[in-house]
Amino acid sequence: MPADQALIKLSFSHEGKLVSACRQRSAEELAKLAPNMRAPMDCPRGRSPVTVEIDLDGTPVYRHVAKPSGLSEDGASTVYHRFPVQSGEHRLAIRLNDDARNAGFNYRREETVNLKPGKVLVIDFNQETGGITLQ
Amino acid sequence: MSASSSNLSSALIAYQRIEHSFDSAFGAGLNPWRHLGALGFLFFWIVALTGLYLYVVLDTSVDGVYRSINWLSREQWYLGGVLRSLHRYAADAFLLVTLLHLLREFLLGRYTGFRHFSWLTGVPLLWFIYISGVVGVWLRWDQLAQFSAATTAEWLDWLPVFATPLIRNYLSANAVSDRLFSLFAFVHIGVPLLLIFGLWFHIQRISRAEVFPPTALSAGSLLALLALSLALPVTSQAPADLSLVPGLLPLDWFYLFWQPLMFATSAGVVWALVIGGSLLLFVLPVLPHAAAAPIAEVHPDNCNGCRRCFEDCPYAAIVMVPHPSGIAGRQLAQVIPDLCASCGICAGACPSSTPFRSTAELVTGIDMPQMPIGALRQDVERGLAQLEGRNGIVVFGCDQGASLSRLVGEDLARFSLICTGMLPPSFVEYALRGGAAGVLVTGCREGGCAFRLGNRWTEERLAGLREPHLRARPSRKALRIAWADRGEEAELADVVEDMRQALAAERLQNTEPIADATADTIVSPARTTAHG
Ligand code: SF4
Ligand code: SF4
Repeated sequence: MPADQALIKLSFSHEGKLVSACRQRSAEELAKLAPNMRAPMDCPRGRSPVTVEIDLDGTPVYRHVAKPSGLSEDGASTVYHRFPVQSGEHRLAIRLNDDARNAGFNYRREETVNLKPGKVLVIDFNQETGGITLQ
Repeated sequence: MSASSSNLSSALIAYQRIEHSFDSAFGAGLNPWRHLGALGFLFFWIVALTGLYLYVVLDTSVDGVYRSINWLSREQWYLGGVLRSLHRYAADAFLLVTLLHLLREFLLGRYTGFRHFSWLTGVPLLWFIYISGVVGVWLRWDQLAQFSAATTAEWLDWLPVFATPLIRNYLSANAVSDRLFSLFAFVHIGVPLLLIFGLWFHIQRISRAEVFPPTALSAGSLLALLALSLALPVTSQAPADLSLVPGLLPLDWFYLFWQPLMFATSAGVVWALVIGGSLLLFVLPVLPHAAAAPIAEVHPDNCNGCRRCFEDCPYAAIVMVPHPSGIAGRQLAQVIPDLCASCGICAGACPSSTPFRSTAELVTGIDMPQMPIGALRQDVERGLAQLEGRNGIVVFGCDQGASLSRLVGEDLARFSLICTGMLPPSFVEYALRGGAAGVLVTGCREGGCAFRLGNRWTEERLAGLREPHLRARPSRKALRIAWADRGEEAELADVVEDMRQALAAERLQNTEPIADATADTIVSPARTTAHG
């Protein structure tokens, strides 16, 4: 990597929201199921894919839809992407959606960062600490 | 011949040139190319012993790893620093000789048939060496370690098997925990333990495996590593800092060459190379190859249970079982077909192989169906009958070493055995008593026997140091041993010429029959290579 550049790393491992809420099964539906399977509620385990977009100085530089892991798509979605940028000041806009039932983005963060040459900036996502983090 | 096999044979010729060029500096017996496996063992033990000290000093906490290792080089350069450098250079040397060992055996075609076991058990050892070596780099926890650990994580993450990507362990200083370094230390020590087990497995099918190089070679190697450690001590770079991109790094090209390759290509390409390369190594032995030669055959009536074949078999392919005669305590040799290399060395060891036996048909205790000792006696008799006068030379060589077909002359009777180790020493005496003026014994160069021990046993038997020994004591001129590899026919021809002249000179001075083996002064057989 040239000496006057910095590196941005985007990485998260996050479980998207459930694709659909639980639903009461009707009596008919219950009757069709095997007797040991007659749970009154149908709760699909599938999770939403997580979509992430990054704009750098107003230009889109990255977009990725991370599918949930696991055979029944009920695990975390993970992303790892690194890209070098010129050192100096940049306007970063990060958008993330983790809910398939809503269009648009439910997490956003815009920030002006000043990156020294050789610096690594990590963009992460942590629901507990309020979403998109930069460090 | 297909293009690939002709490429291979030119690679082999090129390789042999290199190997032979070391003979002049090291001597055939100490030529490192013929001790690559044993050198591997030596370097492994150096790594293991120096590693013990490093482990004692290592502090596996996040803050302590770098400090403790760096301290060795800075504060204790005279001991810890030297041991650290030795550890690293011996690890590099270990990998290097292992790769060369693999390449050499490949070029010599030594991976099929009875050798498949040693080949297949050798391949995983390479992985073990790489895993422990790469993880070892991380225990420095400097910028190189940071780069390498993160790169490896990215590489492993390419496989969709980890629920949480491994790279997340290296995103920021907060992500790195003490536990990580305990894990590294565990792998760095645990995998070499597996390696010891694997090495033991690897040499199971050969007897008298050379697990330590000759003393002079061991001492020389150790001194060379020591000199390197003093001249170019290994040091740490700046401590790892995950918030910064590591600067330009001097890379360890032995263990980490694939990491820049991954950046130049992709993780997928490196995986394809690793998996493809391993698969190729694994299928090599099962690709079509020449049919196996018939294996040794025991003739119970002629086996007295002396165990010499059992002692001399280079592949532990013989076991001793009770003799069917039922005589108490008498044993019988039995060949384990899967292990037999069809080398014939056992036939050369058997006391029943002596041509002086007065049976019309010579049947020995253990024999090669494709070249029975009885037939060899007939051939030698026929050859002796054709030699003119008393000037003839009988040449015993083998199909693996320099080809005898290029030796010409009415005064020569040539016999190419499967391996020179198949030659019962009594045949030398038989030829001399039968009218030959001299006997020349040849085969692969010292330490380079295609069947490992053939030329060593031959030398010891002819020198009277091993049973069955040569009873006669021919003069230095009447018996010559000249080891020459395939491709060295011209050099061998020079030895024959030299022998002719020496024998002729002796004839002029001495009217006594020199072929009377017992009449000569006691000398051990002259031992030379074809190069003198
Ligand atoms: S032919 Fe060679 S490998 Fe086979 S039993 Fe005899 S000495 Fe052993
Ligand atoms: S060397 Fe010959 S006699 Fe001795 S055990 Fe082997 S086969 Fe039997």
